[in-house]
Amino acid sequence: MADAGMLRFHVPEPEVRPGGTPDFSNVTIPKAGSVPRPEIDVDPRGIRDMAFSIIRVLNRAGEAVGPWAGLLTDEELLEGLRHMMRLRTFDARMQMAQRQGKTSFYMQHLGEEAVSCAFRKALKPGDMNFPTYRQAGLLIADGYPMVTMMNQIYSNEADPLKGRQLPIMYSSKEHGFFSISGNLATQYIQAVGWAMASAISNDSKIAAAWIGDGSTAESDFHSALVFASTYKAPVILNVVNNQWAISTFQGIARGGSGTFAARGLGFGIPALRVDGNDYLAVHAVAKWAAERARANLGPTLVEYVTYRAGAHSSSDDPSAYRPKAESDAWPLGDPVIRLKNHLIHRGVWSEDRHTQAEAEILETVIAAQKEAEGHGTLHAGGKPSTRDMFEGLYAEMPPHLRRQRQQAGV
Amino acid sequence: MPRKTMIEAIRDAMDVAMGRDERVVVYGEDVGFFGGVFRATQGLQAKYGRSRCFDAPINESGIVGSAIGMAAYGLKPCVEIQFADYMYPAYDQLTQEAARLRYRSNGDFTCPIVVRMPTGGGIFGGQTHSQSPEALFTHVSGLKTVVPSNPHDAKGLLIAAIEDPDPVIFLEPKRLYNGPFDGHHDRPVTPWSKHELGEVADGHYTIPLGKAAIRRPGSAVTVLAYGTMVYVAQAAAEETGIDAEVIDLRTLLPLDLDAIVASVKKTGRCVVVHEATLTSGFGAELVSLVQENCFYHLEAPVARVAGWDTPYPHAQEWDYFPGPARVGRALIETLEA
Repeated sequence: MADAGMLRFHVPEPEVRPGGTPDFSNVTIPKAGSVPRPEIDVDPRGIRDMAFSIIRVLNRAGEAVGPWAGLLTDEELLEGLRHMMRLRTFDARMQMAQRQGKTSFYMQHLGEEAVSCAFRKALKPGDMNFPTYRQAGLLIADGYPMVTMMNQIYSNEADPLKGRQLPIMYSSKEHGFFSISGNLATQYIQAVGWAMASAISNDSKIAAAWIGDGSTAESDFHSALVFASTYKAPVILNVVNNQWAISTFQGIARGGSGTFAARGLGFGIPALRVDGNDYLAVHAVAKWAAERARANLGPTLVEYVTYRAGAHSSSDDPSAYRPKAESDAWPLGDPVIRLKNHLIHRGVWSEDRHTQAEAEILETVIAAQKEAEGHGTLHAGGKPSTRDMFEGLYAEMPPHLRRQRQQAGV
Repeated sequence: MPRKTMIEAIRDAMDVAMGRDERVVVYGEDVGFFGGVFRATQGLQAKYGRSRCFDAPINESGIVGSAIGMAAYGLKPCVEIQFADYMYPAYDQLTQEAARLRYRSNGDFTCPIVVRMPTGGGIFGGQTHSQSPEALFTHVSGLKTVVPSNPHDAKGLLIAAIEDPDPVIFLEPKRLYNGPFDGHHDRPVTPWSKHELGEVADGHYTIPLGKAAIRRPGSAVTVLAYGTMVYVAQAAAEETGIDAEVIDLRTLLPLDLDAIVASVKKTGRCVVVHEATLTSGFGAELVSLVQENCFYHLEAPVARVAGWDTPYPHAQEWDYFPGPARVGRALIETLEA
């Protein structure tokens, strides 16, 4: 090795910045149907290359091809399409509501709808998700009332969380949706603990952990992988790689040339990479991982390759750090359009029916919004009581809090 | 009644809780097969199996984070952090997650966990085997913080903590594991078998969280203490001949304010004692509460005797540890003020 002289500090940079031409030529996209589907009891050592490929079902022509295809009926796929469209419309309306000052904050799922909507369909009642703030599709696809979601976003008198939580930090045990925390990655190890508890209790339920590409750098990501691997916990460890953590591109969190899926290999956890914009592929992979967990074969790490098409949040302007047209150039396209085209190809859907469905969904979302706004918005109408602020911290209110509540005059 | 060490009492508490409720699980570093570096979990794995008592990876955030997930499922984990000095990697999980889960989900999810941690100095533990981080927990809304000072209380409080529906930080003064300690490091240690509070009833009993105990009734000055400092304060009272009333707080949050106020209103004077560093320590909260609630009864400024505002040293152990001489001086000064 030659003496290199002075050391130089390395800081990764994305390929392009604002003003540049989007370039995803470094993203290798395997052909749909080209990745094999192993048995669920496969030896993880035998499928290491799957952590570096991408499982895809839908091809450019809108056909479902390969060994991961054929799991869902027409009706199920049509329902899946509606879930994604509902989430997208919900997002658009709530983003607008934030701009109108009806709430303080919102975060969209634009471009990532397939990930949470299709995943939900692979779970059974009683299974528990430990989501981040960008998996509301889990609720939508499980039939959680949209009005209740809006009540939470508006922090109004009907907010199930009594105005204590920032908008979109939903919680629903009944719908297998663990309470969202603002602290990143904390839920990842909690999901593993929940799964361990299910195994300790000889139950049949499984857990699903969720994390974004950026948050994999948090230490709780590592904690979760160690515990999941050590105890063979029945958990699906999901990594949603949408390429961006606010303004930092995924290379800042990733390190080296590996994939996020490859992180699982060092722990002996089977790791799959999947086209996150392919509803069928997401569902098929989730089902595979869920079956593995239910068969007591342990955890699976799944990386969903997608793109965060919208701003990070209502407080973010992505044009300051990435090209405006970058999402249009994303090689895996748009999950809604791809499923729509597939259903048209199957002969069970059409452009007209799609347009009609869009109008119907918009109508139901607007109706839900009107109902929610009838209960108040952040700055107008009904709101949770000051008393609610003091209650529910402990099962029984301790004396010092009772005194403070009296001081507050409630 | 049988006499036990504090370690045996703590082990007994977990044994009783595990025997009564199969949702109780016990884990942590070296807690399983080996029975813990302090022997607090000895025999539990053999008795209840590896699903109920097991070894964990060396990862405090993982231990507490997984316990929160288990609690959300419906179990009642009682986990161990090997030394309180090593709880910091779990601080995010404790303060942002365990403490707030019930509140932020409006009761949809709850977190009935107990996190046991050996705490305190006086054992030549140096910087990372001696700390008393209780103020870092009492400042967190949603946690309960308990510090027992004897085997009888340790068992009753730990069973109560395990049965409590909310997260409890259970700080065990390791200096008291084998016998009471009054700060006289040059004298032989008396074992718990020779102390009446070493009497630990068999089977199930609880001591309610949030209730203090008067260890030495007195009329001249109130001493507020917990953990090892209870014995130091008692020794200081005997050695100065001052008729101090020593209150063992037992639970720091929720705090037994009524017991504190009743005593200070009676004595008119108060000294607060803790091993933890002075500035922003739990003593500051106690002094503030006494001032707010007993101002017109106070005949002297409320004094604090605490660890110095330095990291816990090794060689200077007895210059750092607030012993009976320092507490005694504070008692005299408070009485003469």
